[in-house]
Amino acid sequence: MFENLQGVHSARAFVGWYNGLAENKNLSPDLSVDTVAVIGHGNVALDVARILLTPVSTLEKTDISQHALEALCHSKVRKVHVIGRRGPLQVAFTIKELREMTKLPGCRTIFDKSDFEGLDKYLKDFPRPRKRLTELMIKTALTEQSESQNKADSEWKVQFLRSPLEILPDSSGKKVSGIRLGVNRLEGNIGENQQAVPTGQTEELSCGLVLRSIGYKSAPKDGTIPFDNKKGLLLNEKGRIVGETGLYCSGWVKQGPTGVIATTMNDAFELGKLIVSDIAKSVIQPTSHQVGKKIILPLLKEKGVTTVSFADWMKIDAEEIRRGQKVGKPREKILDVQEIMDFLKS
Amino acid sequence: MRDGSKVSTKANVGDNILDIIVDNDIDIDGYGACEGTLACSTCHLVFKKDDYNKLPEKPSDEELDMLDLAYGLTDTSRLGCQIILTKDMDGLEVAVPTGVADARGSAE
Repeated sequence: MFENLQGVHSARAFVGWYNGLAENKNLSPDLSVDTVAVIGHGNVALDVARILLTPVSTLEKTDISQHALEALCHSKVRKVHVIGRRGPLQVAFTIKELREMTKLPGCRTIFDKSDFEGLDKYLKDFPRPRKRLTELMIKTALTEQSESQNKADSEWKVQFLRSPLEILPDSSGKKVSGIRLGVNRLEGNIGENQQAVPTGQTEELSCGLVLRSIGYKSAPKDGTIPFDNKKGLLLNEKGRIVGETGLYCSGWVKQGPTGVIATTMNDAFELGKLIVSDIAKSVIQPTSHQVGKKIILPLLKEKGVTTVSFADWMKIDAEEIRRGQKVGKPREKILDVQEIMDFLKS
Repeated sequence: MRDGSKVSTKANVGDNILDIIVDNDIDIDGYGACEGTLACSTCHLVFKKDDYNKLPEKPSDEELDMLDLAYGLTDTSRLGCQIILTKDMDGLEVAVPTGVADARGSAE
């Protein structure tokens, strides 16, 4: 696979680019292309499509990073394909995110109604979230496009039953010009657990930018904490690291890469309760010499590690808000770590 | 409240229930995480049937979308951030459902 071709990025890097992560500030995605292929059917795939298709007049009032805003002002992207290997009942994105996409001004949402044939009789048996989500896709597929939709100058389409087989280079051999997709069919009883099976047929889609959004995996930091390489998680039981009394984890590294901020927030609350309970049951016994920052801060200083305190964070926060006010944004994110540190010293 | 206790508070007509809980420091873990922007279901509340039916506005599609994901969803559930107090609601009692898990996180 020519994954090193120009124009192929992970969705995670793209999200970091528009969100203002310092490590992604030089991504420079080429938005002079007409068609973008997003691989994946999750909320991150929808989010990158959303940013590519939202009018700049809306984006410029948000805290989107300045360089992304400028690039999007000059964007020639008019079509986004959101491609997944299974069908409508297996999509991982959720209804709020989909509904927002269907209401993007100046943009047409395309679903092929043949992808939904025969599904409506199964809907009543699905749990409410899956049922409402599928109903919204069917309704969008069947609704006659309104006047304003027909005048839309951009569109996005959800394509089902397609797996990327190969990234195709242009004549220079350096940039992406398209992808070869394998056509799948589904096996198993109608429902979320159907599996994709290749049919052998293939198709080609021309595009100038490919964003891979097929999931995340935690990586072990070093060999010292037990890690489950197969699942990509710290080896744990309900948050307690296996074999290491007093070591805990929560969030994606504990239970896998699904869930929104509210989910990981709740996981953190649950971990807090667990630790308190473990202390009460003497599973762990905090000792008097564990004094937290009294030991940790001097140790970090000794190792030459620069630290940023909450008071420092509040200064950065105030500065970003101040800079944002000048340009009508909730904040203007500072994209360079050195610039942040220089500001703190000033 | 989740532990069975009752908490009373005062509020003004026009306040939404999320604002009331936050402004009165009522201690509910994680309540109102998205600050009333219809991006989570942590302000989920359960109303008595009669009170639910009397609420002046039915939930919008956007509220229903987030209620889809609420833990312990009932037929008389609403999101607190969308309920604006009217004079008729004086004396209203609502239940805080246990747990605030967002179903976008369920891996199983």
